[in-house]
Amino acid sequence: MTSYPTTWRRPPQIVTDRRWRIALLVAVLAYLVIGLGSVEVNWARIVEGGERGMRFVQGFLQPDFTSRWKDISNGLNESLTITLTSTVVGVAISIPIGIGAARNLAPAWVYYICRSIIALSRALQEVIIAIFLVAMFGFGPFAGFLTLSFATIGFISKLLAEDIEDIDEAQAEAIRATGASWLQLVHYAIQPQVMPRLIGLSLYRLDINFRESAVIGIVGAGGIGGTLNTAIDRYEYDSAGAILLIIIAIVMVAEYSSSYLRKFLQ
Amino acid sequence: MTRFPDTWAFRSPRARLAIWFGWLCLVALFVYCWQVMTANTIWMFIWDAPRQAADIGERMFPPRLSYLPELLIPLWDTLNMATLGTLLGVILAVPIAFLAARNTSPSVLILRPIALFIIVASRSINSLIWALLLVAILGPGLLAGIIAIGLRSIGFIGKLLYEAIEETDIRQIEAVTATGACPAQVLNYGIIPQILPAFWGITVFRWDINIRESAILGLVGAGGLGLKLQASLNVLAWPQVTMILVVILATVVLSEWISAKVRQAII
Repeated sequence: MTSYPTTWRRPPQIVTDRRWRIALLVAVLAYLVIGLGSVEVNWARIVEGGERGMRFVQGFLQPDFTSRWKDISNGLNESLTITLTSTVVGVAISIPIGIGAARNLAPAWVYYICRSIIALSRALQEVIIAIFLVAMFGFGPFAGFLTLSFATIGFISKLLAEDIEDIDEAQAEAIRATGASWLQLVHYAIQPQVMPRLIGLSLYRLDINFRESAVIGIVGAGGIGGTLNTAIDRYEYDSAGAILLIIIAIVMVAEYSSSYLRKFLQ
Repeated sequence: MTRFPDTWAFRSPRARLAIWFGWLCLVALFVYCWQVMTANTIWMFIWDAPRQAADIGERMFPPRLSYLPELLIPLWDTLNMATLGTLLGVILAVPIAFLAARNTSPSVLILRPIALFIIVASRSINSLIWALLLVAILGPGLLAGIIAIGLRSIGFIGKLLYEAIEETDIRQIEAVTATGACPAQVLNYGIIPQILPAFWGITVFRWDINIRESAILGLVGAGGLGLKLQASLNVLAWPQVTMILVVILATVVLSEWISAKVRQAII
């Protein structure tokens, strides 16, 4: 008579071989010991920083909007205008690149050129691009505008190209059967199918661009990030708290309104 | 007999007018923003840019290969920062995700909005800003970078995970409940097996993003490759900058490849 086990144990889901599981566990533990060991913690400095941390929390709870309002509103103006202009320019440039990077619309050589532009734009961090553009174009919002436009190209073109590759071929074929030219094909068969998603993506990118515009200011590319950096450097935590609260509020408004708009459009 | 128009038009005249008006508003807004943005721009610098670009490009090549050994320890720091930061983010994000999911939240009225606010707040502040704050509070070093990465990861992991929890199959949970399981057992046998693949996928995806972000956190003093980048930029050592960029790009490409492979294996 075979003896059945009296208790049931859940079988493993991901790594099914027991030996591999043990090896993985040992490797992870070893890494944790080495990795945590390489982190140098200066406890004296942290204790000293505790008081500063409390001051920051207080600044966050009692933000000071008024005493630096002129700088804050300047930074916000720059951030918002950079966000809008860079999204518009970025989307305008990424539409032809996105069409070129769709395998079902473009010849092979155009496809490879457009895909490499997308890869280049996606591989580099916004902040690194911003450092170089600031070195070339000087401090100020113009460098930020160029940075975000460049980053927008990689994002929108890639998703647009994937969307064009996923369209319903039957509609494109129907238009082609009427003897339409390539431009007419794009206008009557592709554009109606991808337009709602393109608008959705652009709104989403608007949202991302605002968040990024708060960051690239740290390296001198204009916007609210520069103001925030200055406030923290001067230990004015109440002004820094105010700026952070404004950023969170704007991002929340942008996120909810863009998701509402996207639902409305689709 | 109804008369049909002789030529076919894409849209009705009213729709065309509305679309045209929408475009007009967008262009007007764009022009206005452009004016505000460029009000203080010094155009001389902008026209000068191609020459500057050529100048910097000339200085950047060839990259200084002998600088590579000095970059190995910062590279290790960067990898540690990303990995340990992801770990911290996961540890903090999992309970928040369970609080935020409508079907597992213990109180939909009070705890769920708090959890959602934590997620939005963490998502809207970039890790570079978190690092800026933490370096001011904790002092420069890896620890500030790890916590910054962890705090930023909460929002990302929490949001995707709570959406995965809300999409779980209710029938499996009911089946486990029907055996008389307590809530903890329902969680363990009904919900966790369903979200586990999504959980690993999200974690590896975030780890990949964190590698990119931790490479630049040093710009504000949080250690790693960014610190070397900042130091080289400050002394205008462009060949070293190129070398650092090459290392960052190689790391990013490698981590993206690993994360794509792992996600393919899981999902």
